[in-house]
Amino acid sequence: MSALLWPAAPAPLAAPGAAVAAEAAIDIDWVVLSPVAIVLGAAIAATLIEAVASRKGAGRVAAQPGYLRVVQAGLALLAVAAAGLVALRLALRAGESIGLTGDGALVIDPMTLYLQLAVAACALIGLLVITDRTVQGEDAFAPQAAAVPGSEYEQRARRRGLSQTDVYPLVLFATGGMMLFPAAADLITMFVALEVLSLPLYLLSGMARHRRLLSGEASLKYFLLGAFGSAFFLFGAAWVYGATGSLRLSEIAGSVGSASGLDPILVVGLTLILVGLFFKVGAVPFHSWTPDVYQGAPTPITGFMAACTKIAAFGALLRVVYAVAPALSWDLKPVLWTVAIATMVVGTVVGLVQRDVKRLLAYSAIAHAGFIMTGVAAWSAEGLAGSLFYLFTYGVATIGGFGVIALVREVDAEGHIRAEATGLDQWRGLGKRSPVLAGAFALFLLSFAGIPLTSGFVAKFAVFEAAFGAGAAVLAIVGLACSAAAAFFYARVIVAMFFESAPQGEAAPLAGVGIGVRTLGLTQIAVGLSLAFTLALGLVPGWFWNFTRGLAQLLS
Amino acid sequence: MIDNVVFAAAAETAGHSLAAELTWLVIAIPLASAGLLLVVGRAADRWGHLLGVAAPAGAFAVGAWAFVDLLSRPAADRVQDIDLFEWISGSSLNLSFGLRVDQLSLAFVLLVTFVGGLIHVYSVAYMALDADRRRFFAYLNLFVAAMVLLVLANSYVLLFVGWEGVGLASYLLIGFWNQRLEYAVAAKKAFVANRVGDVGLIVAMMIMFSQFHTLSFDGVFAAAEHASAATLTLIGLALLLAACGKSAQFPLQSWLGDAMAGPTPVSALIHAATMVTAGVYLVVRSGPIFEQAPAARLAVVVVGAVTLLYGAIVGCAKDDMKKALAASTMSQIGYMMLAAGLGPVGGVFAIMHLLTHGFFKAGMFLGAGSVMHAMRDQVDMRRFGGLDKFMKITWLTFMMGWLAILGVPPFAGFFSKDKIIEQAFVAPDGQLWQGWVFGLVALFGAGLTAFYMSRLFFMVFYGKARWTDGQHPHESPALMTVPMAVLALGSVLLGLILTLVGFDDYLAPALVEGHHGEPVLGAPIIMGATLALVVVGALIAWTRFGSAKANVPVLPPAADGLIRAARADLYQDTVNHALFVRPGQVLVAQAAKADDDVVDGAVRGLAWLVQGVGGLVARVQNGYARSYAATMLAGVILLAAIVLAGRL
Repeated sequence: MSALLWPAAPAPLAAPGAAVAAEAAIDIDWVVLSPVAIVLGAAIAATLIEAVASRKGAGRVAAQPGYLRVVQAGLALLAVAAAGLVALRLALRAGESIGLTGDGALVIDPMTLYLQLAVAACALIGLLVITDRTVQGEDAFAPQAAAVPGSEYEQRARRRGLSQTDVYPLVLFATGGMMLFPAAADLITMFVALEVLSLPLYLLSGMARHRRLLSGEASLKYFLLGAFGSAFFLFGAAWVYGATGSLRLSEIAGSVGSASGLDPILVVGLTLILVGLFFKVGAVPFHSWTPDVYQGAPTPITGFMAACTKIAAFGALLRVVYAVAPALSWDLKPVLWTVAIATMVVGTVVGLVQRDVKRLLAYSAIAHAGFIMTGVAAWSAEGLAGSLFYLFTYGVATIGGFGVIALVREVDAEGHIRAEATGLDQWRGLGKRSPVLAGAFALFLLSFAGIPLTSGFVAKFAVFEAAFGAGAAVLAIVGLACSAAAAFFYARVIVAMFFESAPQGEAAPLAGVGIGVRTLGLTQIAVGLSLAFTLALGLVPGWFWNFTRGLAQLLS
Repeated sequence: MIDNVVFAAAAETAGHSLAAELTWLVIAIPLASAGLLLVVGRAADRWGHLLGVAAPAGAFAVGAWAFVDLLSRPAADRVQDIDLFEWISGSSLNLSFGLRVDQLSLAFVLLVTFVGGLIHVYSVAYMALDADRRRFFAYLNLFVAAMVLLVLANSYVLLFVGWEGVGLASYLLIGFWNQRLEYAVAAKKAFVANRVGDVGLIVAMMIMFSQFHTLSFDGVFAAAEHASAATLTLIGLALLLAACGKSAQFPLQSWLGDAMAGPTPVSALIHAATMVTAGVYLVVRSGPIFEQAPAARLAVVVVGAVTLLYGAIVGCAKDDMKKALAASTMSQIGYMMLAAGLGPVGGVFAIMHLLTHGFFKAGMFLGAGSVMHAMRDQVDMRRFGGLDKFMKITWLTFMMGWLAILGVPPFAGFFSKDKIIEQAFVAPDGQLWQGWVFGLVALFGAGLTAFYMSRLFFMVFYGKARWTDGQHPHESPALMTVPMAVLALGSVLLGLILTLVGFDDYLAPALVEGHHGEPVLGAPIIMGATLALVVVGALIAWTRFGSAKANVPVLPPAADGLIRAARADLYQDTVNHALFVRPGQVLVAQAAKADDDVVDGAVRGLAWLVQGVGGLVARVQNGYARSYAATMLAGVILLAAIVLAGRL
């Protein structure tokens, strides 16, 4: 597995025409680095813009100029799109650009480029949802996130129509970290990437306009538990360094074979590193934050992080598992199997009793992490390909699903649009009130459930078949049983939307009931894009399937 | 015109006839109609049912054309695989969507579209007063499209698409009157049983794919010749599980009775004539796999035998007319399953019985619907009686179905069921006990069938009138009686026709080759014994429920254990509930509790202790993040223990 992944010569294989770095101590191939560099550069620029932009009025409720929002959103969208295009361009000539760069700190191989492309694509769709505003001019974020929720000051800020644009630099930093995460070739870089992607997300989770307390609580929990998870990662890295004397993944992999008394230390160290990554992907028993954070965070952010974090973190997990651990597979298999089975079962079983749509999708996300883990734990080229396929299809459908949730709101008697209507009861009869939205959501749910002709079916087929082929039939059968059971709670939402009627209220017929609201239309575009991908990858998955297969072949 | 010629020429060069190339229309027509009816919505209320009826008629026309075309081809050249489009192609997995037009699939297509079409016509009148009739027709069309897709698919993966489609349509139609809670519950039960079956089909596909790297019928069957018996047995058992779920076979049969909550035409179409027979189709279609997996085949036979007795026993005790018919369907499919497990020769008769059953059982269900129509949706047979004078057409058509299912010569059931019983007596590979056991079960089942079907027939149409007050039974309109009459005609003639035209010779080339074995008893003896048992069963029913002297109480009398058990579906629901549902619910509740607050509860318990001692208020809010962290820590310790345990 590792022959091609770790070129014998540590020197970078500079692409033709690339700006060759000087004969300095550190060789940096800027061309292959550019997707990450574009996004992080844009993030820094956005921060500077945020700092220098003139505010109207004085005092603490100073309003930002109207153009700022357009500039920031435009910059973010452009940067992410450009990064995605560059990654695509590099991926298309993938054979040439395999290599280590940054003095061996980064590995830019086809898998990295694919994952960067996937992150960029999902982040782009996510950014559309983030940028969207209702027809009443409100976005999903608090006018002043630092204000005490419900305070007089916050009310004043809301009345004045304040809104914040610091969301954009934060999202860009997170995206940059996510693109760096699967590219890390040593444990320190991996840790830095982990923190770069995590810290902005902690903040973003606390910025919801509605239900501020829930949002703040989610942010704090995510931060505390995230720090806890990161600590395990670092601790594991220390153990591994103790056992092998290196933090470089290739050198760790190389020293696995040489028998020494330190072997158990290495194995425990790797397990702790895996724990840090399990936390990020939301695998049981490191999942407890997921439902609370998914529920509390602003819905556009939930969609963004559910999709992109999962892609990035699984990328890093695949890197560790497939590049370092093959020699230790006998030791680590029980860990992966236990976690995969527990994740599928807990996600599915607990999902069955949820009554809140966002929490339901959170448990669904946990279950899906388990399904992807079956591909990881298969430890084969097919498993790798299946996981890569799954990650993208799941990410896209997830953003679309949360995009729909962001649009289904409560509307009060005065016609003012309020928070998302996330109670399952509020979704009853949505099919009559907003048929297109409900139909789109139903398709995403069918894809999650793995019904044929949606991308979810092909993805599930890919990972379970890989597990069967790699002698992990137990995993595949548990996965099938869980996906059969999970279909039940997806079906329940569909039934609620289309076959049940809304509870009849006396005073205002629509009070408390979710209804699709009108916005600038960006979310609708995002949902449409997600839907197109979901259907296209279900109806004609061939090219994409072969593409991921080819990637996996290249790496093995 | 020129285009057509070019098209035809292209088709000829590919070795397929134009009719076969166009078979996709059989699927597309009802699908398009369903989509149109759903999308147009209320605006289509006025003409929706007309389009709904036209769709299966159009599909039938195309199917009939393809059938005539098939007959014009030499027998050896009748299996045609039509590629529609490449779904996934290239590296390791080739999945293309294609149709298999052959003797088996076209027989099904004709059954589904013809009987389905009649039931659509019947529904126009039956659902006339329902505000959502258009939606009902949309679902019916959707069902027809999914069902023909299921039987026309040339790979397991496309079959699975249809398989899920009929499940979805069935779910929608059972719960069509979803205002009633118990109907929604019934729909849910059907959904769950079907999902269990679906897992079987997916597991089978996974094994096939990991072993054979293909899912097309051709590829799998070719590879199966070289596969190990263990693999094939596993695939066979997984397919059997799938068949059990879809065809309501033991132990997944419990949903069928509850599914009768749906409108009666649905029961006739889906839960008698077509969808529930999909399991039989799957087993017969997968003949090359079962042929080399004797253990799996034996399991099929056992499941069929158990279900045929089970359904017959339950049928003897049901007072709800539709549920008695549902039990009978279960039992008859048990016959088909048994035959399908007996090998290719049995498979032919399984399909033949499936076709005749499709006619006579659909006819009887429509008859039951007509009775309900006349009796204000009454279904309790103890509240009928003496209806023969008021509903002459319903009575006569029902009688044809009754004679057919009893297997009275020359009605349809005689030709198909009698052959199955004869085949059941064949001892495979010298296993004499098998011949005797399955033969006697099938024989005894025929007697029971005669009893419970006669009981139903006599209780409804003969004896004293035991109606509730204010009933004015009347014959149904022509839109309902004409389809019943056509189906009754089929119940009379279809068996004879199929035998005369040599259905077994027609179908055999589509299946693997088999050899006729000799039954352990002579064929005339079996036939005689069957007829004798049938007469006895019918006579007992007559004396107890039919004759003028018979006194049928309007309330079910107290009964001994067996009858009570039969009334309660042999306690299958209770068993299921105790074995699966309860533990499942408890497990879910517990797991949810554990996830949410057991770990947390430990902390909270401690907090309560502190509260009790020091009067301190421990906020739950604080507990959460800490208990989450505790879960994580426990997880880390667990994983470290696992990994180190491997090292020791």
